[in-house]
Amino acid sequence: MSVRDDLLYSKDHEWVREEDDILVIGISYYAQEELGDIVFAELPEVEEEFETGDSFGVLESVKAVSDTFIPLGGKVVEVNEELLDNPELINEDPYGDGWLIKIDPFDDTELDELLTAEEYTEFLEEE
Amino acid sequence: MKKTPLHHTHNVLGAKMTDFGGWEMPVEYSSIIDEHHAVRNHCGLFDICHMGEILISGEKAAQSVQRLISNDLSKLEYGKVLYTPICSEEGGIIDDLLVYMLGEDSYLFVVNAANKIKDYEWIKDKAYPETKVEDLSDYYAMLALQGPESSNILKQLTDAELDKIDYYHFVEAEAAGVDMIISRTGYTGELGYELYFTAEKAEEIWQRLIKVGEEYKLLPAGLGARNTLRLEKGYALYGNDIDESTNPIEAGLGWTVDLDGDDFIGRESLLKIKENCCSRRLKGFIITGRGMARHGYEIYADSQKIGRVTSGSYSPSLKKSIAMGYLAEEYTEAGSKINIKIRDRFVEAEVVELPFL
Repeated sequence: MSVRDDLLYSKDHEWVREEDDILVIGISYYAQEELGDIVFAELPEVEEEFETGDSFGVLESVKAVSDTFIPLGGKVVEVNEELLDNPELINEDPYGDGWLIKIDPFDDTELDELLTAEEYTEFLEEE
Repeated sequence: MKKTPLHHTHNVLGAKMTDFGGWEMPVEYSSIIDEHHAVRNHCGLFDICHMGEILISGEKAAQSVQRLISNDLSKLEYGKVLYTPICSEEGGIIDDLLVYMLGEDSYLFVVNAANKIKDYEWIKDKAYPETKVEDLSDYYAMLALQGPESSNILKQLTDAELDKIDYYHFVEAEAAGVDMIISRTGYTGELGYELYFTAEKAEEIWQRLIKVGEEYKLLPAGLGARNTLRLEKGYALYGNDIDESTNPIEAGLGWTVDLDGDDFIGRESLLKIKENCCSRRLKGFIITGRGMARHGYEIYADSQKIGRVTSGSYSPSLKKSIAMGYLAEEYTEAGSKINIKIRDRFVEAEVVELPFL
């Protein structure tokens, strides 16, 4: 399934899932497909803070380098350490085991500005 | 952008396309890594119709060719292929190419796509006026069938005795009912063949090979895998590792420069270059820290900038980040430690002997 109904999306192709008070962030199926085989993930440290739209990491595929942009500002509370040794998880399971970071958002009302699955699907069709 | 005769085929296969030297070419069909392993372990089929073919024939053809190439033309006879640079008067590399001797006065140059027009003009200008120079690039389709199963696959379509074709040799034979040059060459370091035939038959031959190759686990492979495969073998890529600002000696292509034989364009400069060789050399290195080195990244040692990465990629076979670049003489020994500036970090790398694999 390329766009999951239960997630919110950014125009930079990140997805967001609410888990109690924290937010899980990853890249969409479309984004990993565009990148191709991901072979390296550079992720932030826990406690690092980012403003909405900041680059919080870098993903490298065999053919390209791509920044990841945080869909809303917050403090990193957990990083997917599995990706350091197994970055291919992002290709294999972008919405599950391939998640990137968890954050404590500064202002969760910003969630309203993200795209619903339906809006993101439309956005992809326009791209 | 220019399209090969197989453009439609690539679209049907769902290939991701990219601009390569003005050509819209497939980067990958399924996954660069899968296509890479297919070539190393089974077989891959590449559309390389973008390559240029220039025929040099007629009177004084041999003299014209020897004047153009740095390698020794007397090594060539009918049925053999010669890899050689062509150089400027200053010894810079104008292109690297294959020369096929098709007959007594007939030589086919197979050149890089992005250089074809430049090469054609250079060759026309430097060849003897009585020699004929023709651009046959639109006439020829070119496919590369590469991998340990390539001979088993091609055997299904031809009676040519493939096992008797040595590396860097070719035969003119029929395959799948089409006259072609079957050349035991390639850019992957595996057993493989490059096939030249009329462009009209490109689709037909492609489909026949795909079909026959099915039981041998053949995959269509794109430029992404072509790049990782050649990099692991330390083969230079024109425009990345070599160009007019580099010479064959420092690029590790000294074996393709014959300074003892006949005169050729660039010989005098290369004699001087060789005498003082070299302040820098093209070397391979493995990134031992975390990160991927890419074309253009700066190389440092002892807090000095000592060069730039010319090619860099993830190596699917070694599962490491590998790269090449020109290094100042004092850092060229295997085991030397250097640093690559990756974004804002310095990542450690170690110089190794080429090839990587």
